[in-house]
Order: sequence, then structure tokens, then C-alpha cells
Amino acid sequence: MNLKRFGAPAVIAMTAALALSSCAANEGGSTAPDASVSTLSGNLVGAGASSQDSAQQAWIAGFQTANPDVTIDYDPSGSGAGRDTFLEGASDFAGSDRAFKAEEVAAGGFKKCAADSSIVELPLYISPIAVIFNLDGIDSLDLEPAAIAGIFAGTITKWNDPAIAATNPDVTLPDLAITAVHRSDKSGTTGNFTDYLAAAAPDVWTSGAVEEWPLQGGEAAQGTSGVVDAVTNGTGTVGYADASRAGDLGTVSVKVGDAFVPYSPEAASAVVDASPFEEGRADGDLAIALDRNADDTNVYPIVLVSYLIGCQQYEDPANVEIVKSYFSYIASAEGQDVAAENAGSAPISDSLREKIQTAIDSIQ
Amino acid sequence: MTTTLTPPELRPAASPIANSLTAGKLPQGAPWMMLGASLLVAAGVFGVVAAGNGSEFNWVGTLVVGAILYIVAIWLFSRIVEGSRRATDRFVTALVTGAFVLAMIPLVSLAITVVTFGLARFDAEFFTSSMRNVTGEGGGALHAIVGTLLMTGTAALISIPIGLMTSIYLVEYGRGRLAQGITFLVDVMTGIPSIVAGLFAYALFAIFWGPGTRTGIAGAVALTVLMIPVVVRSSEEMLKLVPNELREAAYALGVPKWLTIVKVVLPTAIAGITTGIMLAIARVIGETAPLLIAAGFTQSMNYNLFEGRMSSLPVFVYTQYANQGNPPEAYLDRAWAAALTLILIVMALNLIARLVARFFAPKLGR
Amino acid sequence: MTTATAQITAKQRPGDRVFSGSAVFAGSMILVTLAAVAGFLLIQSLPALVASNEDASILDSNFWAYVGPLVFGTVWAALLALVMALPISIGIALFISHYAPRRLASVLGYIVDLLAAVPSVVFGLWGIGVLAPAIQPLYSWLVDNMGWFPLFAGPVSGTGRTILTAAVVLAVMVLPIITAICREVFLQTPVLHEEAALALGATRWEMIRIAVLPFGRPGIISASVLGLGRALGETMAVAMVLSATGAVTFQLLTSVNPSTIAANIALSFPEAYGINVNVLIATGLILFVVTFAVNALARWIVSRRKEFSGAN
Repeated sequence: MNLKRFGAPAVIAMTAALALSSCAANEGGSTAPDASVSTLSGNLVGAGASSQDSAQQAWIAGFQTANPDVTIDYDPSGSGAGRDTFLEGASDFAGSDRAFKAEEVAAGGFKKCAADSSIVELPLYISPIAVIFNLDGIDSLDLEPAAIAGIFAGTITKWNDPAIAATNPDVTLPDLAITAVHRSDKSGTTGNFTDYLAAAAPDVWTSGAVEEWPLQGGEAAQGTSGVVDAVTNGTGTVGYADASRAGDLGTVSVKVGDAFVPYSPEAASAVVDASPFEEGRADGDLAIALDRNADDTNVYPIVLVSYLIGCQQYEDPANVEIVKSYFSYIASAEGQDVAAENAGSAPISDSLREKIQTAIDSIQ
Repeated sequence: MTTTLTPPELRPAASPIANSLTAGKLPQGAPWMMLGASLLVAAGVFGVVAAGNGSEFNWVGTLVVGAILYIVAIWLFSRIVEGSRRATDRFVTALVTGAFVLAMIPLVSLAITVVTFGLARFDAEFFTSSMRNVTGEGGGALHAIVGTLLMTGTAALISIPIGLMTSIYLVEYGRGRLAQGITFLVDVMTGIPSIVAGLFAYALFAIFWGPGTRTGIAGAVALTVLMIPVVVRSSEEMLKLVPNELREAAYALGVPKWLTIVKVVLPTAIAGITTGIMLAIARVIGETAPLLIAAGFTQSMNYNLFEGRMSSLPVFVYTQYANQGNPPEAYLDRAWAAALTLILIVMALNLIARLVARFFAPKLGR
Repeated sequence: MTTATAQITAKQRPGDRVFSGSAVFAGSMILVTLAAVAGFLLIQSLPALVASNEDASILDSNFWAYVGPLVFGTVWAALLALVMALPISIGIALFISHYAPRRLASVLGYIVDLLAAVPSVVFGLWGIGVLAPAIQPLYSWLVDNMGWFPLFAGPVSGTGRTILTAAVVLAVMVLPIITAICREVFLQTPVLHEEAALALGATRWEMIRIAVLPFGRPGIISASVLGLGRALGETMAVAMVLSATGAVTFQLLTSVNPSTIAANIALSFPEAYGINVNVLIATGLILFVVTFAVNALARWIVSRRKEFSGAN
């Protein structure tokens, strides 16, 4: 009786103990494939933009494989939270969809950095934002910036509106209501998209560049996945999302200069090269002032540029080597390709890589 | 259908049967036959409509209209043959059964969705790997399973004794200000939104270990805050249902109060209490928001509640869905597999609890 | 028990003292925890309550104008969910406790318990991937044919991710909770009451109406409060399913829907900084107050019917 009464819990406890003590098959046993074992060891914590997350996971995997004694954690808590955590010294580096503003940098107080060190801000993750839609049998539409702005501002409500038909003479547009899907959470994607609308169609889009959707109309969805799901499952829907997630949905070619440019990684990184760095910044601070109105027809202007942010001079020298080699890995052609493959980002150009590498070398 | 049937049939019902005991009774299989007939009629109507305009046969419409027809028909026939009291009874029976079937639709749809999507990655690798150094396909949720067990287990270890003892206090000992106060506070606690509990745990541990600290124990504390009131409320309800006669009988035999509680009151209510506790665990084991804030997540194994971030299954599901990489299917498959795992874990816990309840409960006559 | 009004002090055994002592201790722990949570909430909320749009970028004018629509959305969605879930839950509970064959009943009870454990994220995934697309045609039909009814006014949402869908998801989520407790309470109805009713010639429904339901009423109310609590505080499922644009509207089927407090926290918290965080925590405090008010109301109702509880 007693045995029976306590038998079952004992079995459960043993099973639980077994499950808990077992090790993950893909962990432990730091068996480096070749003799050139890296001597780096330690932990690095980063936090910030969720847009970078899949790229960060790919970079972390690549870097940890090459340096088995290093553990890097990236917490995609959001750009604002990432900047705050970095400011408070709770993380070693930050990922952010916007650079620190000049006055924020001037105010200083970065707790991980040495007393009067400035920071390095590296535009290492460039992601094209696609305008995606779900219409039966239509894969691509050519749209003027004003038409895109009109759709998302709610002034264009039908797919066969003249503003859409004018630029798409070869497409039979249905007489269907437009459901414009936007992000319900605050996001850098929204910030960059509205920044584009405000720059390219200032007459139609009057709400400026904001990270939180400013209008009450339209349909709201959480996160990139939410927008993609809503557009995919709805009818007559249109939304904006990371180009890598466009999948089978139709995408919009955007009017630049006098041609319509579909999104492509090359065109997206071209806009970064065509834009100047912000003035009045320290040497390692590569904040970019994106030029959304460039009329070079090789340029796809709706991109999100996400930064990696670290200290110019760390207070604790222990992590400097890891930060430098991690950032260098990300900036390398290999790192950028890994991100392109896993996250659909646009690899940075060689000229930008040179400038970034100089900045990384200045970290101490 | 109803309009064609009612006029001729209604007339006999105008003279209701006076004595229900001697009244007629519908034959045993009548309800089933009527259900079949209603569904057939509905299917016929929708079949004609479908054939008429060439659209697809409407299954949902058939079932809904069939069910409504049945409810009307059984009420009518029973009223005619058996009188109004039995008609009401039949009507309610149909309604209750209908409610059950209606509720089963979303639940079954959910279960089918989870199982079909979840099985795609429900393999050995899923249970033996973490996500460390995994991009794209492969990888598993061992780290999240361990995290869920550790954090929920810790939360249960803290909150079950506190919750159970509190409910015992409220039912058996409590009177006066303190009891009223605690009842009030438990009510307040039920109202703590889960995300606020997460914020609280996060802020609490940030005081001790500095900002940005996310640990398993913080997650466990957040879950405890959510779990205690559920345990108290449900146990209290169950203890109140224990008849006073049992207690008085025990006292009359000279049994001390605490022994009465342990040996008489608790065993009588044990089935209900275990259900309540299981519900409490089930509620917190699926909590996402507080764990995301308080415990964060990681790609690697972590057995230490007191150091480092800890993943849990719901957070794993959420992050896999929200931060899909390339290819997205791999991430979604992992998310569904983790959801299936979570449900299976709760299923196992539930089974154990039922066995425990059956084992300890006194043999009653029902 | 509470009926021991005569002042006969019983002999205090050590076991009694230890046991009642630990019971009191457990009760006090609740006090401590709650004081900590409330203190944290209040301290963090204070700066937000007086903040203006100059301090916090998230605000349009002041805090109350910000939280008003959210409170409306929260209560509206939860009420819709409860209106759908409560009758069905009672139906299921009755079916399991008094209608289904006993062996089948225990299996069914088990399944319902399990569903209480489905994590909210999964409900969210199911809502956005299965329910919303499946229910959208019904919404179109309702708007086209019943659009004159204010609740169903158009224009219909193209994705089906409306507040009604969110309420259905919430209803499915709270259903197992309410059902489990109701079932347990219905099963506790004294057999003698039931048999007495049946012996008097009552039909099954009459027996339930005169014996089971009155006995179970406090339990039903408790259960619905627990369910409502979950519906009010549910975060992830609503955040994922609802197309929340922050409007105040009773229309059920359009893209423009009010948001709920919990979902709004989940959506805005990751990117919040500075005093915006305090604003969000303050909305949490409001949610806390709303839920508490609902609870207090239910307690008050239950306390008026105390004669039915066994240990009064």
C-alpha cells in the first residue's frame, strides 16, 4: 500500500530528474573542427531592435561556432528598450532602428563606456521594406509615392481608383475595397515607412515620420508576422513588411525618378551609399541621413537601416576583444551574406564596409 | 419546414393534457429519428440551393439549420404528446447538448490545428536540442521545456502551500477583520493583470541585481503572484462545499480541529481542490507576457533559476512566431510543436492529479 | 465553526496551534505580496497620472484621455466574451454533470480541463490563422443583410480580425475555466436534494432548476468572475488577433476597433522608454482597479446568497 502510494511520485520524480539532467545534444563539448582554436572567451549581452533578431541569431550562431567559449545573447526587446538598456549599462551593445540623436550622444552617461568615451554606431543591417498586397492573380503593381500614401492615409479606398489604374494600364484591377494593414505596435519599420511617405509624398501624407501609426483608420496587426498573416488571410489587403517576408504575396514597385523600381537587395543598399552621413558626429559614429528622394533609378528608397551601437572605449577592457571581433565578423562579407540568407537583409557595399571597419578598429 | 408542419399539428396541442403521469410518451428512439430527419431536411434545402446557383454545398449552414429545426421539432412534438413540462425538459436537454456541441467546434478545431501543425516537428531532435547555434531548420525546445518545468514547478511549490493554507484559514478559522481583509485582498489579487505581475517581478529583482536582470526565479515569482489567488479561490469554494455535518461528527468524536481538517475536510474536497490546483497550474504554465518580461529568453540551456535568462515554452512559441527567420516554415513548425508539447505536459500533469484525487478521496456513494 | 457562538474555549492542542498559525501566516503572505505589488504599481504610476503630452510622447493630451478608450475596449471585449461563454459553459457543465453518461462525462471533463491549459499564444495563432479567415464571410453577410442593426454596421473588415473575433477567442479561452468550476459545483449538489426533487415527479430540467442551479449559484458567479478576470487581463491573444486602432465604437465587424489595456501594454511596452513606461504601468493600475470592481460586485452578490454554502 505504502509502496504503491509513493511509487508513482517517485517514478515521476526520477523521470523529471532524468529529463532535467540531460544535456541538449547540440550543446557542450566544445570540439572545434580545426586546430586554429580561438582564444576568445566570455559573455556578451546585446539588446535592441527586433528587426535585427533573425540576423543576430545567424551572426551569433556563426560567431559562436568559430569561438566555442564565447556566449552571446541578443534580446530583441525593441529599439527604445535596447538604447535604454545600453545607456543604463545593462548590455554591452545595442541594436537600434535609429541612431542616438546628436544631443543624446552629447549628454553621454553610457554606463558601460569609459568616462568621456563617445560611442560607435554602425549601419550594419539594411533591410528593404516591401509594400505587399493580396489580390487574386496580380503579382506586381507600379505605384507613385502619392498613391501609396493615399492608400495608407485612407483617401484611396478602392483598388480600381484612378490613381492606381493610371500607373497600371496593363492590369485589370478589381472593384474591391482596400484594407490597408499597418503595425499596431510601435516599430522602426513604421518609422522608416512613414519617413519615406513624408519625404516622397508630403502633400498626401501629413502625419510626418512616426514610429507609432498616427491614424485611426485601417487595419492594425501586431509585428511583422501579424501584418503578413493579416495580408495573407484577408482579401484586398495591403501592408508593409520586411521584404524577406513577402513570400508569395504581390509587391509594389515604387516610382523613383521616372522609373518604377521593384525591391531588391542591391537597390536597397544603394540608397545607403547614395545618402550622406549625418554631420557633427564623432569619427566612429556613422549615423546616416537617408535620402528618400534620390532620383537615381538604381535605388529602392523604402529601407530600414538598423545600427549596432557600442562604446568607443569600454570601461571594462575584458569585453573589448570580443566586441571588436564580433562586430568585425558582422561587417565581413561572410557575416553580411549569412544575414542575407537567414534574414533577407541587403549586404552592405564594400565602400561602406571600409568605413565601418575603421570605426570598429578604433574601439578600445 | 416548420411552417408547413405546424398548422395541422398545432390543433391537438390546444387542449393540453391535464395529468402528465398518464400522458403519452415519445418512443425511445424518437429524438434520434427527429435529429436525423431535421438534418436531412436541412441538407435537402441547402442541396437544392447549392444545385440551384452552382455554389459549394454549405456544411456549416446544414448543421446549424438542422440543429435549430431539431430543437423546434422536439419541443413541438413533445408538447403535443407529452405535455408542456416534459416539452420544456426536452427543449432544455436539446439546448444543453447543443451548447456542448457548439463549444466543441472551436475546441476541436483548435486541437486539430495544434496537432496537425505540431506533429511536423514533433521528433527526437526537438526534445534533445536547444536553439543554440541553430538558424533556419533543425533545433529544438529542450531549453524551453526545462525552463517551463523549473519555473512552473517553483511557482507551484511556493503558491500551493500558501494558497491552500489561506483557503483553509478563510473557511475554517477566519472570522473578523483579518479574514474579511484577506478575502478582499485575494479578490484584488485575482485582478492583477498577468503583464503587471511580470513588470512587478522584473522591477523587484532589478532592485537586488541591477537593471536588466532577467532570471528564472523572477519568472517564477511572477507566476506565483498569478497562481496564489486562483488556488485560494478554487480551494475556498471546494472547502465550503464540505458539509458541516462531517466536521461536527468529527468534533463530536473528540477529534482535534487540525486533524479534522487534515483527515476529514481535505480528503472530502480533494478532488475539487486538485482540479482547482491543476487549473491554476494550467493557467500559469501558458502565461507568455510576464515570462517574456521577467525571465526573458535565451537560445541555450539554463538549469540555474538564479542566474541568466531562462526560456519557457509559451515564450518559445511566441518568439518563434514573432521573429521568424528564413525559412519561416521552420520557425512556425517549431512554434506549433512547442505548443503541442506544452499541452501534452499539462495533459500528463492532469492525469497524475486525477489519479491522486481518486487515490486519496474517500469512497462516496456517487 | 462559525456557529460556535457560545464562549467555551476549547483546549488548545499544539497541533492546532501550529496549524492555525501557519494558516494565518499564509494569509498574511498574501497581504505582503499584494502590498508589494500595489506599492510598486502606485509608485510607478504617480508620475504618469499628472503627465502631459510634453512629458510622454505616447499621450495626446493627458493620461485620462489616453486610458479612457482603452478601458472601454477592455470592458467591452470582456463583456462580449462573457455573454457568449457563460450560457454555453453552464450548458457544458450541466451536460457533463447531469446529462452525459458517467463514463463519457469523466472523459469530457478531462478534455475541457486540458483546454484551459492551451497557452494564450496558441489561441492567438489559431485566432489569426483559422478563426478570422473562417468567420470573415459570415461578417460580410451580416453587414450586407443586417447592416441596419447598429452593432453590425459596415464597412466590413477584409480580414475578419475584429473585436467580435477577439471576443470569440476570449470566450473560447474562458470557457474551460468557467465550465470546470461550474461542473465541480454542480457535482457537489446534495444527492438528497436531487432525489427528493425527482421523487416529487420533477422532470430532469425541473430538478436542475430547483435543486442544482440554486445550490450552484455562488459557484457560477465565482466561476464567471474568474473567467472575466482572465478575459479582462488577457494579453497576447488579443494583441495578436485584434485589429486595434484605439477608436471608441460599438460596431463589431469593422477594421476600426477599440484596443484593450493589456494588449496595449504588450504592444507598446517593448518600444517604450522614459515616462511612457510609467504611463503604461499606470494603465495596468487602471486595469487592476476595473477587475477589482467587477470582483467586488460578484462577491457582494454571492454574499447575499450565503445560505447555500455548506460551511457558513
